[in-house]
Amino acid sequence: MKTSELIAALSADPVPAPISLGRRVALALVIGLACSVALYWLLLGPRPDIAAAAGTMRFWLKFVDSAAFALPTALLTLRLARPDAKPRALMLWLLAPLLLLAAGVIVELIATPQSAWMSRLMGATALHCTITIPMLAAPSLAALIVALRAGAPLYPGLTGAMAGAAAAGVGALVYASSCPGDSPLFVATWYPLATLICVSVGALAGRRFLAW
Amino acid sequence: MMKASIAGDEGAYRRLLEDISRSVRAMARGAFARAGAGDADVEDAVQETLLAVHLKRHTWDPEQPLAPWVYAIARHKVVDALRRRGRRRIEPLENFEEFLAAPESEDPHALSDARKLLETLAPRQRDIVTSISLDGQSIAETAKRLSMSEVAVRVALHRALKSLGAAWRKSVE
Repeated sequence: MKTSELIAALSADPVPAPISLGRRVALALVIGLACSVALYWLLLGPRPDIAAAAGTMRFWLKFVDSAAFALPTALLTLRLARPDAKPRALMLWLLAPLLLLAAGVIVELIATPQSAWMSRLMGATALHCTITIPMLAAPSLAALIVALRAGAPLYPGLTGAMAGAAAAGVGALVYASSCPGDSPLFVATWYPLATLICVSVGALAGRRFLAW
Repeated sequence: MMKASIAGDEGAYRRLLEDISRSVRAMARGAFARAGAGDADVEDAVQETLLAVHLKRHTWDPEQPLAPWVYAIARHKVVDALRRRGRRRIEPLENFEEFLAAPESEDPHALSDARKLLETLAPRQRDIVTSISLDGQSIAETAKRLSMSEVAVRVALHRALKSLGAAWRKSVE
């Protein structure tokens, strides 16, 4: 087929494409969040001592940090889905949740005696946390990958990984009120591990489903 | 012009695709020459780029200039085409604007993969694509000949182009 013939076929197909990538990604996050919340109520429920926990800074830091992670990763995912993406400036926002968490860890290290550090870090539910966050993130990741198939990312693996990170942020946000581990030492150890699982799955899914 | 095309102006869209094909062809020739790959697959890279531009139109943000967006897609497709030929070292491409100024015309003897890929389409889809592209019939003529409605022909054409894009991707992997 000659190129001029291909052009004839393409220009005879002016079906308007009113797809808004931003809307698709936003919708995917809403669906993912709704599924995670449903899973939360079905399987987990809030922790028994939530009223007491809600009075502590540690408890709220988990929400703030999850949201501070979910937001820039979601925006970066959207940006990476376009071929002429310029994501660099946005990348800096990824430092926000890291700095926030690091500050929490430092305050915790000062406030608690050294002998308590290890037990705070391990908590009582380390494994449960590492498994539950990816489970709660799975609907968001799946919805994001479906939404992003309309995109044209130059780096499908990276884009998928970023979608995995955003999904992990949503998962952590939903999980936070069920998770009994409040110490920043606990959060800074097991939440990133859970995030890493989501990022890896996202990268694989991206390479598999987002290439075009 | 892209805005007019998205709004459904067929003539403007065709002219735009022709402009893009000339610029991308010049760019692909340069990249292939630098990789020492010869000219044989240049036209494939051009056609793949056109198809990608068509199928991924909505990823262009009308607030942004069009050229960098087209360039990013073209670069992606040219790199793919070179990789397919087993060239690992791929030099960075020069400024796309230069190629806008130096269009090249199509080599009329170049045979492309697209014809091969057409064979993978369902017979009805293939019939519609060839009648519009190779035989130069309009949507209305094709619809009449196949006794389908124009809308059905349009939908079938759109699906056919999408599967053509998918088949192309598969041939790369």
